[in-house]
Amino acid sequence: MATNPMKIRAANNGSVTEVKALISHDMETGQRKDAAGAVIPAWFITELTAKHNDKLVLGAEFGTSISKNPFLAFKFKGGAKGDKITVSWKDNKGETRTDEAVIA
Amino acid sequence: MRQKKLYVLLAALVAGVGGLNATAALADESADAIARYREMIADGNPSELVAAQGEQLWKTKRGPKNASLEKCDLGLGPGVVKGASAQLPRYFKDTGRVQDLETRLMTCMQTLQGIDPKAFVDGKWNKGEMENMEALVAFIVTESNGHKISIDMSNPQMKKMYELGKMAFYHRSGPMDFACTTCHGAEGKRIRLQDLPDLRTQAGAAAGWGTWPAYRVSSGEFWTMQHRLNDCYRQQRTAEPIYGSDVTIALSVYLAATAKGGTVLTPGLKR
Repeated sequence: MATNPMKIRAANNGSVTEVKALISHDMETGQRKDAAGAVIPAWFITELTAKHNDKLVLGAEFGTSISKNPFLAFKFKGGAKGDKITVSWKDNKGETRTDEAVIA
Repeated sequence: MRQKKLYVLLAALVAGVGGLNATAALADESADAIARYREMIADGNPSELVAAQGEQLWKTKRGPKNASLEKCDLGLGPGVVKGASAQLPRYFKDTGRVQDLETRLMTCMQTLQGIDPKAFVDGKWNKGEMENMEALVAFIVTESNGHKISIDMSNPQMKKMYELGKMAFYHRSGPMDFACTTCHGAEGKRIRLQDLPDLRTQAGAAAGWGTWPAYRVSSGEFWTMQHRLNDCYRQQRTAEPIYGSDVTIALSVYLAATAKGGTVLTPGLKR
């Protein structure tokens, strides 16, 4: 199944860069049932990383307690306008997705 | 009367001192907490994801006629999306009827792309062709964000729809004898600690009409106005209207006309 792009925004205020990412993912817990009563298989993001240029600035383990279409916001020291921010995730089905944004 | 006394007593017991004032404060606190929560999530409205899909879909050649929707006239001319939904529903000359955004899109998909409207009328929310409708709606209403709610009431058909909508708004039905006004016809009402707008007033209607369609965090779904209205009927425990039927358009006309001058804040973000 094709994945949909993330929406990533990153802004630098001089010393700190704030990154906001809206991630398109079903995040099924595996505990829900469909209309026919069959369990909907678990399908969720397990790992997420964010890089500033090639340097890792955030690494996270995701689980089923995170909502569908999650919104992630974080700040890190440094970064400059025009730098590249890369966010990648991997889910329990082994699918991955990577999207990029430029710091504004 | 005895019941009322008992309630005051209970409230005083629960709240310790202050009685009713304290319970009211508790409710206010919850409302504040909800407002804070809204503020926190306002930045990451997942409608954006749905809207991005809708924008793609608008330009994609689809259906038996293999055409895009870029020539679709939403009332401001073929292909004009910006601000279009702030002026809907409106009377369309080519179809000879009043249409809301979704019924207009059904017309466009049928005439331009050859997609049978039955796919929507008989469709299920968030499934199949309906999912495409939701994406398109998300895209179009995003393009009206910040515009003023202003519908053209000059056509007599619009006035007729307004009257029908008003009648439907006050019409009680179902096993609980509910009407829209039961929940939306007084100031300061609340359900599940959520404030309910008084849709009879301009401010209330603007707060309601101006923030739908919306993404619902609780269900993780994007809801169109048709879906919202349909669910109001479901909660009324009465017959759910057919998708795109006149009564749903009439209610939209009534709401949009009452909300005139308010600001469009779509797509909304609901709990």
